[in-house]
Amino acid sequence: MAKSLRPARLALHVYGVLVGLFLLLPTLVVVPLSFTGRRSLAFPPIGFSTQWYRNFFTDPDWFNSAVFSLKIALLVTVFATTLGTLAAVALTLGRARWKAAARGLLIAPMIVPGVITAIGIFYVFLRLGLTQNLWGFVFAHSVLAIPIVVVTVSASLSSFDRQLLRASASLGAGPLASLIQVMLPIIAPGVLSGALFAFLTSFDEAIVSLFLAGPFSRTLPIQIYQSVTAEIDPTIAAASTMLLGITTLCVVAAALVLARRDRRYS
Amino acid sequence: MTHGIDLEITGLTKRYGNATALDGVDLHIAAGEFMTLLGPSGSGKTTTLNIVAGFVEPDAGTVRLGDELLIGVPTYRREIGVVFQHYALFPHMRVAANVGFPLRQRHLPKAEIARKVGEILEIVGLSDLANRYPRELSGGQQQRVALARALVFGPKLLLLDEPLGALDKRLREGLQLEIKRIHRELGVTFVFVTHDQDEALVMSDRIAVFNDGRIEQVAAAHELYQKPSSLFAAQFLGDSNVFEGAVGGSGIDVTILADGLTLKAPVAAGAHGGRVALVIRPEKMRIDPHGHAVGSDSNALVGTITDVVYMGSRSRLLVATDDGRSIMADRMVPSTEFAIDDKVVVSWSAEDATVVDGGMPTTGLGK
Amino acid sequence: MSGAHVVETTQGAEPQSRARSGRLRKLLRAELLLILPLAFVGFFFFYPLLQMVLLSVQDFLGGAGHWYDNYKWFLGNPSQRTIFRRTFLVSIWVTLVCLAAGFPYAYLMTLVGKRTRLLMLAAVMLPFWSNLVVRTYAWVVLLQDNGPVRSAFAAFGVHLPRLLGNMTGVTIGATQVLLPFLVLPLYATLQGIDRRLLDAAESLGAKPRTAFIKIYLPLALPGILAGCLIVFILMLGFYFTPALLGSPSNSLISQQIFIQVNRLLAFGRGGAMALVLLITTLCILAISALFTRRYTKALGIGGEG
Repeated sequence: MAKSLRPARLALHVYGVLVGLFLLLPTLVVVPLSFTGRRSLAFPPIGFSTQWYRNFFTDPDWFNSAVFSLKIALLVTVFATTLGTLAAVALTLGRARWKAAARGLLIAPMIVPGVITAIGIFYVFLRLGLTQNLWGFVFAHSVLAIPIVVVTVSASLSSFDRQLLRASASLGAGPLASLIQVMLPIIAPGVLSGALFAFLTSFDEAIVSLFLAGPFSRTLPIQIYQSVTAEIDPTIAAASTMLLGITTLCVVAAALVLARRDRRYS
Repeated sequence: MTHGIDLEITGLTKRYGNATALDGVDLHIAAGEFMTLLGPSGSGKTTTLNIVAGFVEPDAGTVRLGDELLIGVPTYRREIGVVFQHYALFPHMRVAANVGFPLRQRHLPKAEIARKVGEILEIVGLSDLANRYPRELSGGQQQRVALARALVFGPKLLLLDEPLGALDKRLREGLQLEIKRIHRELGVTFVFVTHDQDEALVMSDRIAVFNDGRIEQVAAAHELYQKPSSLFAAQFLGDSNVFEGAVGGSGIDVTILADGLTLKAPVAAGAHGGRVALVIRPEKMRIDPHGHAVGSDSNALVGTITDVVYMGSRSRLLVATDDGRSIMADRMVPSTEFAIDDKVVVSWSAEDATVVDGGMPTTGLGK
Repeated sequence: MSGAHVVETTQGAEPQSRARSGRLRKLLRAELLLILPLAFVGFFFFYPLLQMVLLSVQDFLGGAGHWYDNYKWFLGNPSQRTIFRRTFLVSIWVTLVCLAAGFPYAYLMTLVGKRTRLLMLAAVMLPFWSNLVVRTYAWVVLLQDNGPVRSAFAAFGVHLPRLLGNMTGVTIGATQVLLPFLVLPLYATLQGIDRRLLDAAESLGAKPRTAFIKIYLPLALPGILAGCLIVFILMLGFYFTPALLGSPSNSLISQQIFIQVNRLLAFGRGGAMALVLLITTLCILAISALFTRRYTKALGIGGEG
């Protein structure tokens, strides 16, 4: 116990707290700022007003971008979760030798720097007429979200008892029936959290969206970015706060889903 | 209720890379029989079971269930029940749903499913646990659910893959008798895989002893025990005293190569010259104090007691003979007659021994 | 009984080929599921990537040119070279700062109790998922000339230089964003190190500091390398942080790529820049992978942590 009172150890704890605060606090600046009474970015904010939130819902630029982001994210969740889960199941159950290569290909979008992905997609989508287009965003974001779904579902599958599939077959269930009635319910938490992360990946995506954006087709992060460079508007803080709220909700939900899964099948 | 079907395995071969798991295995299992596949790990018994179940495809050979050839038929179309060592119960379904699963795959009406599930749960004695989840049950209860689930759809053949391996001793013994009872009640053909020879002796009608991808012997329990046909079988099933040598002399003589010991043994007339092993079970050994007279039909060795091992229902005396061997002799009554360092004479009747082909080092693990 | 015989002769004739076709059938099934995802990723990711490579050697600002013209422009142009160099230096700098902040944090995570560790993990995971633009915007607010940071220090009489519109601001903002990317893999490695090794070293007479340097750090190296690598590579391709916290006069490579491609539609040039970035990234990854494998093998550590 004397060890923990050593000055070095104490300094380490203090340092850890500082780093933790450095990680968490700065971002939270946008929350009080969103209630500022003045049209200024001065911090600490002066006055109190909820007009920036009102503005967010009434100003078409802001509101439409939020709705646009939401639509895209929901569609991306469907695409990415489906494709990612299929891939994860195939990679876990299959025994082909090129499994590792296939996995690498599917994870690649997560590894390649975003700007590189963005310009390739921008060029191709320009020729296909998919820029400034809902489906263009959906396909681009899906490709970026699939890796995270593959990783999440694969992790869930790694603790899946494959003996259960043998049991299911011996009891008369064909391959499809076994996957749907036995495997899917058990990996559902992993799939669900993968879906949540896919949603977040799309909702938060910025760099590819920057290239694909147009004056009437902007996602929320891009709207924020353009506003910061253009004008002083605390509505940005309101939008940011809401974005943070959604992120926190999704991450906490995903954590809860995964925690519950561990408890259920222990 | 249901009745069993016969199983015919011919020339089954399976290789994994350079290793041969099964080397031309032949086995016939009669309808309604309780057959145990016994052997150490890696002997091929589990591979055989997996091939019959359809989890693994053989490189050569056939499996016929009654009239139907099984090779090439996927698992889910073979009407065979399987019980796994770690139960493989579906964790997200309650007991009733687990047991009803195979019936739902066969699209039986709900009322009939409920009825059959109720019946089978009654047979395994778990009627009041139908609404629990597997994780809420003990190991023994989970294994019963697994049994029920594998039997509810009326298979003619049930495969059990070391189902009691994960349970403690008392539970295991209780379930052994349960399984025997269910087998008698239903009449289904049971194929049971285990490495535990006690278990095999307790439960089986017949036992197939596996060694290194081959079947060494197939026989009823007592025949296997009294008259093992190979050194491996003799040493794998129960304990043995082994004397290696060659058939020599006339009639019933076996000569031990190393020491020139001549032992009388029940050898068929005319079997000369081959290397053999003489096997005597410890309980067939007599121990008398030094100097005691021995019958003319008996073999006798002189030695000193080195250890007295108390084993509950019997005592095992370890004797070091004067010519350097170690002999095991069991006495049913805990003996206070003998103590360590006593000089004794160990003897056995010639006909109580068995002669097997021998001299080769065994690959299996004797007990 | 003759029926059984008939069944045997027709079906028993070639059990092996039926076994093989059954195996083929089974094999196809699982891998079949990969077709759709691979096709999707192939078309919407690898095809654009391929196009970019092709453009870099085919699309030229004058219409026609040699395949290397875009690369010559990029690597030969002094201002572009400056930008590339600046990007590299900032990335190294950010990596070092992240390491200085992140290593003690990750180390502390291995020392504390379960509850605290979860808290520390949450502190890392939440920012990990928070929106990049929002976080950068928060720094714009904090680091502005009359902002809270400068004012707070000024209250103590410390006059901080300008924090916004230069690489200082970019470094601060990028560090906060990238720190989780270093802490997470590093922690994964550190928690796999058996602390009893340090006890053993001390029982053999080593001072705690020596034990730490000679035993702990070498075992932690793969994790340190992994974390630094991720931060470095991510920083190379960063756009929003330098765009919002830096200034156009000291932009980084991804900003340049954006200008070339999105504003000037100079796909060839942008593609060339992106390809140079990609190849640099892959080279760094390959070299470090080689080093890590040799290193862990030399130390006898079985696989990465």
